[in-house]
Amino acid sequence: MRITAITLGITALAAGAALADPVEPMSVKYDDYGAIETSLSGMPGDAVEGKKVMSSRGLGNCVACHEVSALADVPFQGEIGPSLDGAGDRWNEAELRGIVADAKKTYDGTMMPSFYKTSGYIRPGNAFTGKAGTEPLPPLLTAQQIEDVVAFLLTLKD
Amino acid sequence: MNKTTASRLALTLVLSFGAGAALADENADLVVNEEIEMTVRAPAPAYLDGHLPEILSGWLFRSDETQDLQRDDFDNPGMIFVDQALDQWAMVDGSEGKSCASCHDDPADSMAGVRAVYPKWNADAGEVRTLAMQINDCRETQMGAKKWGYTSGDMTAMEALISVQSRGMPVNVAIDGPVAATWEQGKEMYYTRYGQLELSCANCHEDNYGNHIRADHLSQGQINGFPVYRLKNTKLNAAHDRFKGCVRDTRAETFDPGSPEFVALELYVASRGNGLSVEAPSVRN
Ligand code: HEC
Ligand code: HEC
Repeated sequence: MRITAITLGITALAAGAALADPVEPMSVKYDDYGAIETSLSGMPGDAVEGKKVMSSRGLGNCVACHEVSALADVPFQGEIGPSLDGAGDRWNEAELRGIVADAKKTYDGTMMPSFYKTSGYIRPGNAFTGKAGTEPLPPLLTAQQIEDVVAFLLTLKD
Repeated sequence: MNKTTASRLALTLVLSFGAGAALADENADLVVNEEIEMTVRAPAPAYLDGHLPEILSGWLFRSDETQDLQRDDFDNPGMIFVDQALDQWAMVDGSEGKSCASCHDDPADSMAGVRAVYPKWNADAGEVRTLAMQINDCRETQMGAKKWGYTSGDMTAMEALISVQSRGMPVNVAIDGPVAATWEQGKEMYYTRYGQLELSCANCHEDNYGNHIRADHLSQGQINGFPVYRLKNTKLNAAHDRFKGCVRDTRAETFDPGSPEFVALELYVASRGNGLSVEAPSVRN
């Protein structure tokens, strides 16, 4: 018991040092249009990291559904959602943060997955194993990864 | 310009400049062995309520090379398993000393038209039966033999042999009467957004067929070609294994092959293809 308490203490300390208090998925405040005003991680995003998150199959894999000309080196971009070219002109930072965290709050019923949501699912699974998962599930992206993606999206200007 | 208009516009642009990646010939026609004319596009059944303008075989969405493999039985790797099942057909198995042939003689006669109407109601058992369930019932009840695994190699091969006897005939499963409740259950599942990705069958196969999702070219998810031979795993694949994979890919807890849920889903999905030809064994990548 004492060991657990100490371990927990250390984890919390380490997390506190690295990330300035991320907002938990359950406590995110969306405005009436689905936007989120402040950084989820409490830190600025890194566009270079965001680019990686958007391209990697194991992370955001946004290119599964979206075309992004700025990621021309990433093969097989999908055709499910709109091209993200110019997204940084069409939307401001708060709006983009809201779309990436939970697009269903901006577009009712959209096919785009909610990347910062942990419960309320039908037959939630344990990642791609096909086995049952237990809610709250880990969100698809961390608070910082969302900020990184938003930073990259803001660079997409026409 | 509001946000919705902006994204609609963007969407149109994406669609019209579509992916350059290995596009299938969606206008091709399929004649097998220069003899069996397959209906690969047909009017959508009325009970799809206008959700699809027409129904399309999964064959149309594959690359030219994969399409070709299905044009001739000598090129179709799935036919090897049909030959194996023909041997099995005549093989005595179980406590009753019987083979399939003991009751059904030549499959070319006895099995013509069978695939086209499955899953269907079995009045004696009071249940909706898939072809795999019927095969296992024959094995247990008639032959006194052990059941085969629902998606095992023996099972998919036997399903392929039986399906081949109906090639070119229109799929024609019944959706009313005693199967109506099961059909409704399957329909409900088809539109349920499962898993952490919250995706339904309809999201991919109704709203987005013809579009690419990463490298995959989405079809309508029809099952008139099942069991299908996949170049990827070099064997015949059962429809329930495909369902399982698709549900798993939504980061959901999937259902088991042969479960009542997948039987219901099979009935509903089969009915979405009423009018397309029985094609099995089809070839996929
Ligand atoms: C399964 C498909 C899918 C995935 C994966 C996906 N999206 Fe989307 N996205 C959509 C769809 C569909 C829309 C259009 C919204 C609507 O009308 O439903 C959209 C809309 C958007 C928009 C607004 C479009 C614009 O340009 O005006 C942005 C920005 C966006 N997505 C970013 C992302 C990012 C970033 C990721 C990954 C972290 C991602 N999407 C992953 C399907 C997807
Ligand atoms: C995230 C997208 C997605 C979802 C959701 C999805 N599928 Fe699929 N499905 C695919 C892809 C990709 C393929 C392979 C390409 C193709 O044939 O469409 C496929 C293939 C299939 C096939 C094989 C078609 C053929 O001709 O070989 C069937 C049948 C099928 N899906 C049924 C379903 C059913 C039923 C559901 C719901 C339980 C479902 N799918 C949900 C993506 C999806």
